[in-house]
Amino acid sequence: MLKALEGSQAIAETVALCRPQVVAAYPITPQTHIVENISKLVANGQLHCEFVSVESEFSAASVVLGAAAAGSRTYTATASQGLLLMTEVLYNIAGSRIPVVMTCANRAISAPLSIWNDQQDSMAVRDAGWIQLYCADNQEAVDTTIQAYRIAEQTELPVMVCMDGFTLTHTLEPIDIPDQALVDNYLPPYQFARRLDARQPISIGTLLSPDFYPEARHSHHQALLNAAERIIEADQEWQALSGRSCGGLLTVEGPDSATIGVLTLGSVIGTFREAVLEYPQAAAAKLLKLRSLRPFPIEALQQAVAGLQDLIVVERALSPGGGGIVGPEVRAALSELPNPPRVHNIAVGLGGRDIPLDLYPRLLRLAEAPQPLRFAVFDADCNKLAPEDR
Amino acid sequence: MSTETTISIAELRRKQPRFSAIESGHRACLGCGQALAVRLVTEATGPDIMIANATGCLEIFTTPWPESAWRVPWMHSLFENTGAIASGMEAALKAQGRSTKVLAFGGDGGTFDIGFQALSGMLERDHNVLYVCYDNEAYMNTGVQRSGSTPHAAMTNTSPPGRERMGKRHLKKDVINIVASHHIPYAATASVAYPSDLRKKVRRALAIEGPTFLQIHAPCPLGWGHDGAISISVARMAVESGMFPIIELERGELTGVMPIRKPIPVADYLRAQQRFRHLFADDSRAREELEHLQALADHNIEVYGLQADADDLRDTSGADTVRRGGMRWA
Repeated sequence: MLKALEGSQAIAETVALCRPQVVAAYPITPQTHIVENISKLVANGQLHCEFVSVESEFSAASVVLGAAAAGSRTYTATASQGLLLMTEVLYNIAGSRIPVVMTCANRAISAPLSIWNDQQDSMAVRDAGWIQLYCADNQEAVDTTIQAYRIAEQTELPVMVCMDGFTLTHTLEPIDIPDQALVDNYLPPYQFARRLDARQPISIGTLLSPDFYPEARHSHHQALLNAAERIIEADQEWQALSGRSCGGLLTVEGPDSATIGVLTLGSVIGTFREAVLEYPQAAAAKLLKLRSLRPFPIEALQQAVAGLQDLIVVERALSPGGGGIVGPEVRAALSELPNPPRVHNIAVGLGGRDIPLDLYPRLLRLAEAPQPLRFAVFDADCNKLAPEDR
Repeated sequence: MSTETTISIAELRRKQPRFSAIESGHRACLGCGQALAVRLVTEATGPDIMIANATGCLEIFTTPWPESAWRVPWMHSLFENTGAIASGMEAALKAQGRSTKVLAFGGDGGTFDIGFQALSGMLERDHNVLYVCYDNEAYMNTGVQRSGSTPHAAMTNTSPPGRERMGKRHLKKDVINIVASHHIPYAATASVAYPSDLRKKVRRALAIEGPTFLQIHAPCPLGWGHDGAISISVARMAVESGMFPIIELERGELTGVMPIRKPIPVADYLRAQQRFRHLFADDSRAREELEHLQALADHNIEVYGLQADADDLRDTSGADTVRRGGMRWA
């Protein structure tokens, strides 16, 4: 049944449906409504779990790590500075191959201080060894959260569910929260093979010499590559039960004849869908929704660009001094093709800058340029800057 | 009834089924106080425990993959999150209705300094965890650098004596009182030189539902600069001089101390270790620092009432701690 819910409240109710035994979190905008709502569910007896109100995000990540290793399903959520504070633990969780699920309520990184949305935070921990799934809307965030537990527990890899701060977390949408029975049917109770147990003692987190370290890294990399199939399966099986798909690793929409593609991740896709309707006179284009940044779906991407002459990668983060983050990866993946499309790469909507509908037709005009746009912060008004900074 | 011994002490030792969570064959240095302390702690806990271990010597010398010296579930995550890892383990066990006791192991660097916030959070949230700090008074695993626990005037590789310095310029952090100020049920210090006192304190901590803390003074022959064969006597001198008071605190109140029958001069303790050798140079600053350290020990003896009554036969050092009220425990 559809209910008008704020994204954060929907996530809290969904997390409760997944029956976590230990939840640990530290408040940070724009994640706060998620943990506040979980606290309420715990206080009202609607969610039976150990809710650990920690003294930092560093400890939030550490508590879920310890709890998951001791055999409990866990949940945490954070954003921005909190995610960066967790960074060392994030690598540790992933390298220890501990299945935990986290919501990242995407937000810009200080300095300069901004509490608003972009995706610099999750991009900054791209290489931590987590599965990263980006949500286009709140229904996807709900469904992806449930899928995330299944994926994490099947692959023994942590999953970060990325949802745009404010744009999703603080927005009311009609959302279907599935029945408990449906979720129970989809998500078996947490069974962790390497659970710490006094009856069968094991050691986790040992010292590796150079004789073993590269093999450990290889197996971690391979596990993420192998996770691609589990992500697709989890989405298909969820669709069979709920009737809804989140689009596996990557989806393509738009006319087959289009020669321009626009690839993005997160809630921007919703803006572009609306822009397609708003600007019917604009050139026909395919919209590519990248859901899984890690594992990075190279083959799916190569298939998705068939027939395209120009691909415009739109992202909400950058690597200063380099350019985009997703853009170069896309460019590298497509370089294996005999006739790859030209890849244009832009960053927009940084620090919560509005992404107006008319951005879309302006973007499409990049395809008319003689050279592909390597990278630009597309909506930066350089008139606001001193001449030497332009 | 015969009191004659029919079994040799060595044989008796072998036959005693005393559990230790740490196997022989680990790679600690000869005379390592920490390895001994771990054995003593886990002799008292038995096998139904789960350990969160901070980064440090203990983690390194017990788990060179694919080997492990541990006979209990054990997890090392990072340097500064041991209190939080233990909190998570405890929350999970609670949620699952399992009764295994969670222990957190950290060195002084991981406890006094980098892991202090996670420890404080764990204590404040009342997790049922025994946190054991193995205190060897410097960052030994990285090659002897000063920590918040390094005693005043001690030489380390980041507090070397020289023309402008006489070793560490600051005081040893009073972590036991800082921990006790969280008003946790039980916080105590112990020393590897007094094994029965140490084991008794572990049993006592284990019997308490809630956060407990044990700071164990554990010599590091390499870092302190003494022969591995004399670790125990060096540790005992730290206690007998008043430099390392053996105390118990319940809900923040002092409830027990180990008395010193006849305090020894601090210089005796210091002279046994290379890390204080610069204090025995013919130098007025060295003499001043020696006086300073003696004053610190005298202060400990005074504030904790460590000076035993020589006429009271029960008041022998190491015999037991003196109870000053608080919760009785057999």
